[in-house]
Amino acid sequence: MNSADRVDRVGPSGIRRFFELAEERDDVISLGVGEPDFAAPWAARDAAITALEQGRTSYTANRGKRELRAAVADHVEQYGLGYDPDEGVLVTAGASEAVDLAFRAFINPGDTVAVAQPCYVSYAPGVKFAGGEVLPVRTRRTDEFKLTREVLRESGAAAADMLVYCYPNNPTGATMTREELAEVAAFAREHDIMVVSDEIYAALSYDHEHASIATLPGMRERTIVVNGFSKAYAMTGLRLGYALGPADGIEAMNRIHQYTMLSAPTTAQYAAIEALESCEEELAAMRAEYDRRRKLVLSRFEEMGVDCFRARGAFYAFPACPSGDADAFAEALLEETGVAMVPGTAFGAGGEGHLRVSYATGVDELKEALNRLERFVS
Amino acid sequence: MSSRAEVLALLDENARYSIEDMARQTETEPEEIEATLEQLEDEGVVQGYRAVIDGSKLEAEPVQAVVELNVTLDRETSYDDIAERVARFPMVESLQLVSGDFDFMLTVKGDSMREVSAFISNKVAPVPEITQTVTHYVMTTYKSHGINFDDDHDDDRLSVSP
Repeated sequence: MNSADRVDRVGPSGIRRFFELAEERDDVISLGVGEPDFAAPWAARDAAITALEQGRTSYTANRGKRELRAAVADHVEQYGLGYDPDEGVLVTAGASEAVDLAFRAFINPGDTVAVAQPCYVSYAPGVKFAGGEVLPVRTRRTDEFKLTREVLRESGAAAADMLVYCYPNNPTGATMTREELAEVAAFAREHDIMVVSDEIYAALSYDHEHASIATLPGMRERTIVVNGFSKAYAMTGLRLGYALGPADGIEAMNRIHQYTMLSAPTTAQYAAIEALESCEEELAAMRAEYDRRRKLVLSRFEEMGVDCFRARGAFYAFPACPSGDADAFAEALLEETGVAMVPGTAFGAGGEGHLRVSYATGVDELKEALNRLERFVS
Repeated sequence: MSSRAEVLALLDENARYSIEDMARQTETEPEEIEATLEQLEDEGVVQGYRAVIDGSKLEAEPVQAVVELNVTLDRETSYDDIAERVARFPMVESLQLVSGDFDFMLTVKGDSMREVSAFISNKVAPVPEITQTVTHYVMTTYKSHGINFDDDHDDDRLSVSP
């Protein structure tokens, strides 16, 4: 079949090849996984089971169950975000759908979208599917992969119509403080740029409170905040996320959502309500566990002389590749030691020369993988 | 800074972590962890370290019983006195004073049902203040010390994902 031009414009995911290499072996210790190693809190799973038992298997309101939207609005107040459950919240099938909706609802053909990189693999393809042009904004190791006014200016983002980024960041583990975001906000206001702020890892910021750009002056009306349940509540497979934004923005996104998704998975919505209502303790425990692993990984890197900036969020560290090209290194490491790490090049500009190390893996495996890495590099 | 709470959380997760790994996970020096551990042990906060064993996987599965004890107190005898007397027997795994329909909850572990029964009738029941014992033999243990015994630890995630 002849695929459409906009599909042809997008290549297959760079991570795919590496996935296939890793799948060929059955002795792999993978530090290449982009999802939690925990299962969703039992109370949330139990709520999903109960909902199924009670036969709650119909559609929900397009925007999601009112109860869930209200719980989401309550939940995000901790970040200083205030949204009306009826007008400012849209429940989606994963945060990925929310990002895609934001692209499709606000990008006109030929619009320029500044994409802060290295980043999650979906942004650039999503922009292209929506007919936009991708403008990579290459963040730098010397800035700890934060978005700065300087990198925005140097990359030509002043001419962009939209800016999309994710902090705490996948793949780097970088975070941004309120003060640092203020620079980005000033740039966006000055050049009239809309912002899509992917905050899916908001709950996993270890060294400082998570900050959202939408709380800064003049930003609420030009920002769509994206978040969800996948990372914080270990619910990746339940596919549930949400978008927060001004009423007209959410209305525009909902127009696409109602004709394509209709509503987010009902069972998952019941799990999510329970997660928000009663699983704070589990969330805190998972978070503490990630934080300990983060420290373990950073300490081990330091001991073995692997150069790594201080990752402060999500569950990734982004060390400089100890030798040579990251693709070749990752491949040789996998081949010789059975340890999988994803080369930074899979995540766009600025990722070259780096490896993404996911610590969403138990401490024993993590230790073994790091021991093997140490032997490999010495 | 390694707080006592952090060290306790690590021990609770896995008491076999090396001092070095505990130091790495809290970004402190091993000496500091060692000092905290010593302090926790000296103060009796940490009373011991044991493995959590699924007895059903052993060739000779030990027999466990939960025993409800009812007691009557008099002017000379307190709960503590009775507890001390019962707890000293090595077959006693745990002993707790509880609220509700009975006074003490006792868990006993032995090699056979005969051994456990003999212990209850020969050592526990004759204690003058103990007026009643109700023995429940454990048939299956599903979870102990926070560990689910039937959990398969299979990781069904894709080995590499974005």
